[in-house]
Amino acid sequence: MNSSQAEVHNELARVLREHAGRLSACLIRVLGDFAAAEDVMQDAIEVALQRWPEEGIPDNPGAWLLTVARRRGLDLLRRQARYRGKLAQLSWPVPSEPDDRLKLIFTCCHPALPEPAQVALTLRTVCGLTTAQIAAAFMIPESTVGQRITRAKRKITEAGIPYRIPSDAELPARLNQVLAVVYLLFNEGYLSSTGDRSHARDLADDAEWLAASLAWLMPRQPEVLGLLALIRLHQARAAARFDPDGDLILLRDQDRTRWDHDAITDATHLIERAATHRDPGPYQLQAAIVACHAEAPTWDDTDWTQITVLYDMHLHIAPSPVIRLHRAIALRHVQGPAQALSELDALTADLDRHHLFHAARAEILRDLDRHLEAHTADRRALALTANPAQQALLAERLDQTW
Amino acid sequence: MKYVMLFVETEAFAKELAEMNDDDRQAAYERVGRWFADHAAQITHHAHLRPAHTATTVRLEGGGAVVSDGPFVEGKEVVSGYAELEVADLDEALAIARSWPACPLIEIRPLT
Repeated sequence: MNSSQAEVHNELARVLREHAGRLSACLIRVLGDFAAAEDVMQDAIEVALQRWPEEGIPDNPGAWLLTVARRRGLDLLRRQARYRGKLAQLSWPVPSEPDDRLKLIFTCCHPALPEPAQVALTLRTVCGLTTAQIAAAFMIPESTVGQRITRAKRKITEAGIPYRIPSDAELPARLNQVLAVVYLLFNEGYLSSTGDRSHARDLADDAEWLAASLAWLMPRQPEVLGLLALIRLHQARAAARFDPDGDLILLRDQDRTRWDHDAITDATHLIERAATHRDPGPYQLQAAIVACHAEAPTWDDTDWTQITVLYDMHLHIAPSPVIRLHRAIALRHVQGPAQALSELDALTADLDRHHLFHAARAEILRDLDRHLEAHTADRRALALTANPAQQALLAERLDQTW
Repeated sequence: MKYVMLFVETEAFAKELAEMNDDDRQAAYERVGRWFADHAAQITHHAHLRPAHTATTVRLEGGGAVVSDGPFVEGKEVVSGYAELEVADLDEALAIARSWPACPLIEIRPLT
């Protein structure tokens, strides 16, 4: 794909993202049926993806999509008179309620749906991706994605999963699930990216957009702000993550002048805004940790003591072996490699199948001049990662050290 | 919408209940009674089943009926009761389930 095609592609994604969720939400409200509304909207998106690249994006994409959705809907739903009547009356501009999209997100991320279905449904319904685009982004067969979505929509209807914002009592748990879906999307996009951002729809952009929408819709939720800050801090460093050959560059070796320092400053303001609520959570703390890295002028200036403290707070709120692993990596710079290694070794039972555990162990063993064990650990890490950029990095390290 | 809640007992829960003294067991039963009273507006019908050892399973296959002793799945988790609810949607059913004070598993199914 050449660069102008990539531009068209990105612009299409942006416009669809901006309108798809809003229109889906409106159609659901008008039709009172999630599955039917979703079918109609998806059909309009398919038509847009066929026609916009040739005809150009219309001046009013929302009105265009609604016209197509209504026309296709009247056709698709021709046997269902009650839907036809409602659809026929719908005209641009559509009536909208500010929390429509929020209802949509909460329905898509309902815990009664399996998580892979929550992810696929959110991407399709809220972000306007097609089944084919989701399949390509996750490298899974299109039929699998289609089946997940069909089953999820059937369950929403048959099990009575509501289309509304959860009550205050349910909200914290339900919001956590929404944030988990957004973060999973971001990680999928961020970790599987190869530096060539034109090859497929960028899930990291979709995740950032979702987090920004949530922050706009729920401005008083500190973890939402924390997640948005975390995603933006990672995105601010994206340009420096790959060399011209598309190989991954470690944080230590990145050219920090290529980071987007304005974006980093904005993200730290978000963290400060979240902190005024005095309700720290995992996303705020992870964002604060990434901010420590982002604000350090050089690798040697990194404030590892502060980072260790933030990991301690994180472990206090939400204990997890992966966070202990990251804390051990930071601890190496505070208390030295021997201490870090003993922390790591205590995690063997939990993280033996985790590539980062072995990659971190390899680095620390090398610090301690235990090269034979380091080599074994690197080989184990290589065997456990499916990510090509990480594989290349580990393979190079194995070449250099042997 | 109508839902059925299936209450599921685990071995650990049955053991815990068996080891309670009479007062504690009485208190546990009262908590269950209060829960049913609190949700009387939504619960249209409910029943407690006798223990799994009283179950008889009939398997209709090959033109005949094979009768056997015990529940149809042998497991550590057995259905011990059910309640039928009339609520607006799944979230309302979930909110009621969340406050259930007894056995540790509940399956919620919509009725057709």
